[in-house]
Amino acid sequence: MKTFLKALTVAGIAVGTAGAAQAAEYPLVKPVELDWSFAGPFGTYDKGQLQRGLKVYREACAACHGLERVAFRNLQDLGYTDAQVRALAAEYEVEDGPDASGDMFTRPAIPSDTFPSPFANPEAAAAANNGAAPPDLSLIAKARAVTRGFPTFVFDIFTQYAESGPDYIHSLLVGYQDAPEGEEVQPGTYYNPHFIAGTALSMPPPLSEGQVTYDDGAPETLDQYARDISAFLMWAAEPKLEARKQMGFNVMVFLLLFAGLIYLTKRKVWSTVEH
Amino acid sequence: MSANEATDHNRRDFLYIATGMAGVVAVGGAAWPFIDQMRPDASTLALATIDVDVSAIEPGMSVTAKWRGKPIFIRNRTEQEIEEARQVPLADLKDPVARNDNIDANAEATDLARSAGEGKENWIVMIGSCTHLGCVPLGQAGDFGGWFCPCHGSHYDTAGRIRVGPAPTNLPVPTFQFISDTVIRIG
Amino acid sequence: MSGGHSTYSPQTGIERWFDARMPLPRLIHDSFVSYPVPRNLNYAYTFGGILSLMLVVQIVTGIVLAMHYAAHTGAAFDSVEKIMRDVNSGWLIRYLHANGASMFFIAVYIHIFRGLYYGSYKAPRELLWILGVIIYLLMMATAFMGYVLPWGQMSFWGATVITGFFTAIPLVGEWVQQLLLGGFAVDNPTLNRFFSLHYLLPFMIAGVVVLHVWALHVTGQTNPTGIEVKSKTDTLPFTPYATIKDAFGMVLFLVMFAYFVFYIPNYLGHADNYIPADPLKTPAHIVPEWYFLPFYAILRAITFNIGPIDSKLGGVLAMFGAIAVLFFVPWLDTSKVRSAVYRPWYKLFFWLFAINAVFLGWLGAMPAEGIYIPLMQASTLFYFAFFLIIMPVLGLLEKPRRLPNSITEAVLEKNKASAPLPAASTETTS
Repeated sequence: MKTFLKALTVAGIAVGTAGAAQAAEYPLVKPVELDWSFAGPFGTYDKGQLQRGLKVYREACAACHGLERVAFRNLQDLGYTDAQVRALAAEYEVEDGPDASGDMFTRPAIPSDTFPSPFANPEAAAAANNGAAPPDLSLIAKARAVTRGFPTFVFDIFTQYAESGPDYIHSLLVGYQDAPEGEEVQPGTYYNPHFIAGTALSMPPPLSEGQVTYDDGAPETLDQYARDISAFLMWAAEPKLEARKQMGFNVMVFLLLFAGLIYLTKRKVWSTVEH
Repeated sequence: MSANEATDHNRRDFLYIATGMAGVVAVGGAAWPFIDQMRPDASTLALATIDVDVSAIEPGMSVTAKWRGKPIFIRNRTEQEIEEARQVPLADLKDPVARNDNIDANAEATDLARSAGEGKENWIVMIGSCTHLGCVPLGQAGDFGGWFCPCHGSHYDTAGRIRVGPAPTNLPVPTFQFISDTVIRIG
Repeated sequence: MSGGHSTYSPQTGIERWFDARMPLPRLIHDSFVSYPVPRNLNYAYTFGGILSLMLVVQIVTGIVLAMHYAAHTGAAFDSVEKIMRDVNSGWLIRYLHANGASMFFIAVYIHIFRGLYYGSYKAPRELLWILGVIIYLLMMATAFMGYVLPWGQMSFWGATVITGFFTAIPLVGEWVQQLLLGGFAVDNPTLNRFFSLHYLLPFMIAGVVVLHVWALHVTGQTNPTGIEVKSKTDTLPFTPYATIKDAFGMVLFLVMFAYFVFYIPNYLGHADNYIPADPLKTPAHIVPEWYFLPFYAILRAITFNIGPIDSKLGGVLAMFGAIAVLFFVPWLDTSKVRSAVYRPWYKLFFWLFAINAVFLGWLGAMPAEGIYIPLMQASTLFYFAFFLIIMPVLGLLEKPRRLPNSITEAVLEKNKASAPLPAASTETTS
């Protein structure tokens, strides 16, 4: 009951901060639109970037945020070999069972397991984090989209803008700053004008310069970390993106040729009648 | 019919045929994903290998584990059972192939080829699904003291080889290995 | 299904054998081969065919999705994600189904507006129109229940809000809502029955579509002039003329469909539906799918009590009234002329109505506060005024332009500039 009340109060913080200033639209500052390798009709993931993003996730995010819909076997998409995936999976302990005597036990993870969540359940997650349960990140890149407004949302159809998730995550991660004067920030929350549901959020700034060591020479800056984790989370949310866009190209080419053929046939059929 | 009309006809026929063919391709191409989706999905294919601790299985005992949704028979055979199986002339076998995924696909169904190999002849690991129509055979039953499938009366010997009955092949041996003296990893 | 005499003559023995026992080939021949269609149909008339295609696409993808979906609150969201990640081609089939619903509505709206523009609802096609409105209602119910199935935040809260409509009914409202939900809130019983009904309704739609096509084939198509078919030269046989034209329309439509599925598959969805349903936490903005937005705006426009009717009931009545009014359109339009082509004033109001409908849709996505509320009210007022005032009054006052004597004459007049052809080939049958 206590955790439940706690969860309620903190659910209230996000909503409450939003409600306090009804007139304001959140986020106060729209996400910065970046150039992503996976944008556009021929977009593909940058495997090196995804590997860096995975490293950022494991070192900076995984302590609080789960990734429960991603299986270790999926990491082969990032360019890892089967052996590397097995080795990486074995670094995690997962619960299994029951064994012959009916007890649950833990064992090293294997490729078919998914990333174990840091907390047993949302209640435990909330209890350990001042009542605000850190959301699972598997789908976060598709679950956060800042309203685009008119007429941008019309143009988005033609520019194929579908990166509002990673744009938002990146902007949020680099967007922590001191609250402007006169702005009251609830204790236990951190001011961030890029936050989608208020002026401040419960998550402390998770990344800092030099925190994660890259071995491929990429700059170890906050901005680079934020880009890499955003790209990684987009992959986690939409692993079939490349296959989709490749198939899309074939389908579009075929359909346009087919449409051309049908049009010619139609013209031929109708050529003898006035209509 | 003038030459002009004839070319016109040819061109028209070509157009109609090309359009029709494209239509067939479209329907076929669109149908494929709907058939493809029925294949086992990625999570099923990646299904876990399982480890079974066999230290507690005395000779003459067996356990059944579950792997890929099917029962796996793991039996510690007695000397007598092994001897019985060895005595069977290969010519008496209904299916002379070992059906063991760990060795050559055409290997003969000797008792050694059916068991866990040199030094581990007492162990036999098989998928416990009758090769006739998939029922689970009963252990230590049937005319040959091995396994007996009650559904349609197939008799297997102590090496899991089909001897009498409608089943066409020996019980298959899955990929497995002893990762220690007492633990078998299947898959 | 053709109203006229059959022109089917079986050629082979097998055909004769069938024809004497169950004349299915004759039915198909008369309905889709020799069936006469006006020669002047434009591409707006291909949407009937496109809608049939979309119904098939939705049923086929839906049946496949049901092979992998689990209708249980604890498993629904996960099973959808499994479809997206693990099932072979699962992502494709799910995106086809989700975007297919939107495409279905795009097509049905064009189809309805085409009917309004060319006066397709006027006698003797009232029943045809009413069957169409019934299909539209069934589509809305199907789409709504389908949206609940992924069990995301919008699924859950959309279901909560929409079933909440029924609590506005005096006296029995609460009871009706509990009947629909199978509980006191949206929960597992609700999800289960919605899945069952979502599977059932498309087949009911297919049934009403058969009636719709039957009624169509009795009266025959309207056409852009709105004049009835008078002679054989006015029509062409359905195959190959209409078939190939419909096919072209379908492929162009599929190009747009594919563009959404492959490049912006989540554009028409809502991000919140990628968050699993949480009965303790409402999203900041609850918006329905885009195709319900105009009605959502009408619902929220009623912020005041009307006599004994409080604003809640008033909003629900207005919303349902906005759909119900469509049933009466055949009798609300008093004009003797069918097509807007010859009705300059109606044409003007038609386009104003169309713009207003889109505007209502945009308002439906806006929060119900500030300037948006009076805009919603004005827009709602015009929506109803169009049907209840403009349609009947305009029919009496408006002086239509001169009508051509026949479809053939209209076609020939239009094509005067180009070289005259001999009177239309008379392979036509009617």
